[in-house]
Amino acid sequence: MAQAVGTAHLETSTGLDNRKLLMWLFLGSECLFFGSLIAAYLLYRDRSVAGPYPSDLFDIPFTSVSAFVLLMSSVSMVLALAAIQRGNVRGMQIWLFTTATLGLLFLSGQAFEFTEFNHEGLSLSTNLFGTTFFVLTGFHGAHVTIGVLILLSLFTVSLQGRIQQKDSLNVELAGLYWHFVDIVWIVIFTLVYLIQP
Amino acid sequence: MATEWPQTRRTGLADALRGAREMADQHYGIWSWIAPVDHKRIGVMYGVTAFIFFLAGGIEALLLRTQLIVPNAGVLNHDQYNRILTMHGTTMVFLVIMPLSAAFFNLMTPLMIGARDVAFPRLNAFSYWVFLAGGIFLNASFFTKDIFSGELGAPDCGWTCYSTLSSKAFSPGHGVDFWALGVQILGIASLASGFNFIVTILNMRAPGMTLFRMPLFVWMTLVTSFLIIFAMPVIAVALFELIFDRLFNANFFNPDKGGNPLLWQHMFWLFGHPEVYILILPAMGIVSEILPTFSRKPLFGYPFVVFSGIAIGFMSWGVWVHHMYTTGLGTVANSAFGISTILIGVPTGVKVLNWMATMWGGSLSLKAPMMFAVGFVAMFTIGGLSGVTHSVVPSDYQQQDTYYVVAHFHYVLFGGAIFALFAGFYYWLPKFTGKLLDDRLGQIHFWLMLIGFNLTFFPMHISGLLGMPRRISTYSEGQGWDIWNMLSTIGAFTIATSILIFMINVIYSLRRGEAAGYDPWDGRTLEWTIPSPPPHYNFEKIPVVHARDPFWHEKYTEDEQGRPIPVVAGAANGHPDEAHEEHGGGHGIHMPSPSYFPLIAALGFPIMATGLIYDYALVAVGAAVLFVGIYGWALEPATEGEEA
Amino acid sequence: MTLAEYRRRGGVEAPRGEEQGAEAAHAERHPGPLEYAQIGLILALITGVEVAIYYLGLAHTLLVIALLVLSATKFSMVVLWFMHLKFDNRLFSTMFILGFILALSVFTVALATVGGKLV
Repeated sequence: MAQAVGTAHLETSTGLDNRKLLMWLFLGSECLFFGSLIAAYLLYRDRSVAGPYPSDLFDIPFTSVSAFVLLMSSVSMVLALAAIQRGNVRGMQIWLFTTATLGLLFLSGQAFEFTEFNHEGLSLSTNLFGTTFFVLTGFHGAHVTIGVLILLSLFTVSLQGRIQQKDSLNVELAGLYWHFVDIVWIVIFTLVYLIQP
Repeated sequence: MATEWPQTRRTGLADALRGAREMADQHYGIWSWIAPVDHKRIGVMYGVTAFIFFLAGGIEALLLRTQLIVPNAGVLNHDQYNRILTMHGTTMVFLVIMPLSAAFFNLMTPLMIGARDVAFPRLNAFSYWVFLAGGIFLNASFFTKDIFSGELGAPDCGWTCYSTLSSKAFSPGHGVDFWALGVQILGIASLASGFNFIVTILNMRAPGMTLFRMPLFVWMTLVTSFLIIFAMPVIAVALFELIFDRLFNANFFNPDKGGNPLLWQHMFWLFGHPEVYILILPAMGIVSEILPTFSRKPLFGYPFVVFSGIAIGFMSWGVWVHHMYTTGLGTVANSAFGISTILIGVPTGVKVLNWMATMWGGSLSLKAPMMFAVGFVAMFTIGGLSGVTHSVVPSDYQQQDTYYVVAHFHYVLFGGAIFALFAGFYYWLPKFTGKLLDDRLGQIHFWLMLIGFNLTFFPMHISGLLGMPRRISTYSEGQGWDIWNMLSTIGAFTIATSILIFMINVIYSLRRGEAAGYDPWDGRTLEWTIPSPPPHYNFEKIPVVHARDPFWHEKYTEDEQGRPIPVVAGAANGHPDEAHEEHGGGHGIHMPSPSYFPLIAALGFPIMATGLIYDYALVAVGAAVLFVGIYGWALEPATEGEEA
Repeated sequence: MTLAEYRRRGGVEAPRGEEQGAEAAHAERHPGPLEYAQIGLILALITGVEVAIYYLGLAHTLLVIALLVLSATKFSMVVLWFMHLKFDNRLFSTMFILGFILALSVFTVALATVGGKLV
């Protein structure tokens, strides 16, 4: 009758894993978080009383490459999961590392973009566009940063041989988070960059 | 179990740490309070902490009422009044009613669904520590000015902190910064517990405990938790916007740069209206447990009560504009939200009718918990009715920002939530202290509180209709408000007296209260099948549930008229845990090991928040502390002797 | 009695969308690396089309509709395949969709009320 509480091997009432359910609830909750940020951006998008305006600054080819990089990191993420679910630790390590690298590439792109905009006179306090743009994309960037940290942690732990086929849930959870951050960017890319007033 | 603690000397840090862990594991000594994972222990900590904040918020209320006892009283100056008023509201909402509800979530949910703990015990401890950190941080704002010469540093923007009252220009100093960051920290605590209880309720139910056999309180916990996880992110973003505006000169609410201060009101009430139900649904759950027990009848129309709770949860997202009728949003918006607000009264009314039908024809036992529960139904109904008067737009124009509104929300939050929470104390405290509270003192407490409450808040309807605005620090004579304010102040001190009696009752009962036994109220649900106080593993054997109100059906069957007949002792399954002491007290049940990492992680937040206000270097320190906490947490095994 | 035994006797409601032994079955239905790569390719193509449409100089309304449809397609593909909602238990989808629909409807109404435009 010995039963541990709160551990993965315990059978649950729904048959679903506690941690995975938690992750999906968290992502549902994050929808409201990014929804609020995006709504604020949309509300203020054409209400800046002084420039620079989005059309003065946005570099669509550059951002498209960024968006592409993040999209491809989602592919490598799911390949990492597919590898470990088949017991291929080496494959998982390679794909995890690739994903983290692509994430870092995206982040450096964002850092470059922020500096560029700053040079052209847009700061947090310049106008409503500056305020809402930096806060929205900044919070997304923060999410990506946390994602990269999670991926690198997983990678390090896996080098010590502590992630085997039976632990694939860890990779799956990191993946769910990573894909979510990716779909948020899909929405931002369209609503913020491509559709301008 | 304390006797099993080995007395051998230990040397070295590793040994000391392991020793501390073991000590906490044995539920013994100071470490069991620093590294708790047991849901009952955490529930008690939530309850005690929130009650201390309740006293603080109550003293603030008494100060406000003393200032308003006569026109032009000189107890508080305008500035002090604004700050204490803000802290009173913020404290009562975020540091009292929400955590007291969380205390009951913690104490009762696992017991009621037949589980040994919540799904994530360490996340649960994290919630508590973050809540404590946020509460202390918020109240620390008092000391950011020279408090001894009467200068308070607390926020002065009201609990709703409307823009532009909250802007740097109108609120210099750090009060509002502390408010925004403090509420942000408290939000993290609520989110963590929201996730935890949803997973717990969905995943940790005992065999046979289907969703529609769950006690109503568990249902309301579930709905509340969903509201928390969806509403908290909205206020989090609003608070971030406020913080960015104040600390980094962003323009979200800055009209000079085209920003719209109304955005704050929309965000705040988008969160705020679900929040209202976050405050009241747990209370409804508590009452839905107490009324059947003391009427000796099952809850009337269980599915209706469940579904109206769910309906309230959904509809609470579509009524926020009724807080903003006077902001000029236009006829269409006002009418649409007026209609939705009237509609949300329907499921609420369904619940009230079901509670009354539960009592109808029951053999009522008017013990203290029942008195408070009945008090809840009556007072909440009055508050609900004055709420309906607000939904009518022209009528609301007249009442906006008057004491009529103050009367309304105190009838639902004090007459509603606080009455129900006290009902819960009288009902469930014996389960965890093992001692019954004195019923005579309880009755005195109830009547005094009921009279004091109505004396305080009923006159506010009148002073409000006579035009007295809320949030004013004083008023002049000759407006017809004097007598009503005098009555309100007398009422406030009557309430304070009743709370004093409650505290005496608790202390008295802890010392020489009657032993509670397993089942002092002839209860219906699983928590009464185990000893009081429960062992740390709750259930020696995980119960198997065959019906709604499982314990009742074990004790009683029905005759042809549907009247309960006791099952002959020894027949059926007998008392499931009666013989449990002789069983050797649950050896072999693996419970999660204690952990101090949640505490370390939680410490990171107030450090970061302080850093944002005073020195960015501290932000890095706080972040480092948070990371140490999280990494330690992630890498340590959840249960002793198990690989991570 | 363990939960599994109890459930085998039919005492507990079966989780929705998951029959006996479905755990093993749906693990097999998970797509393999090849399929993931194909989806990645499609996603990349759609992104290319999006950028192309941006430069095409369509009428604003048409541009908005086209871009929204394409981005919704990308969004759903990632959620359904990469996040496995197509293959996983329906309870997970419910949790996510609840949050998503709530956010979408609440903020659409909010923007309409404040006088903002969604796109």
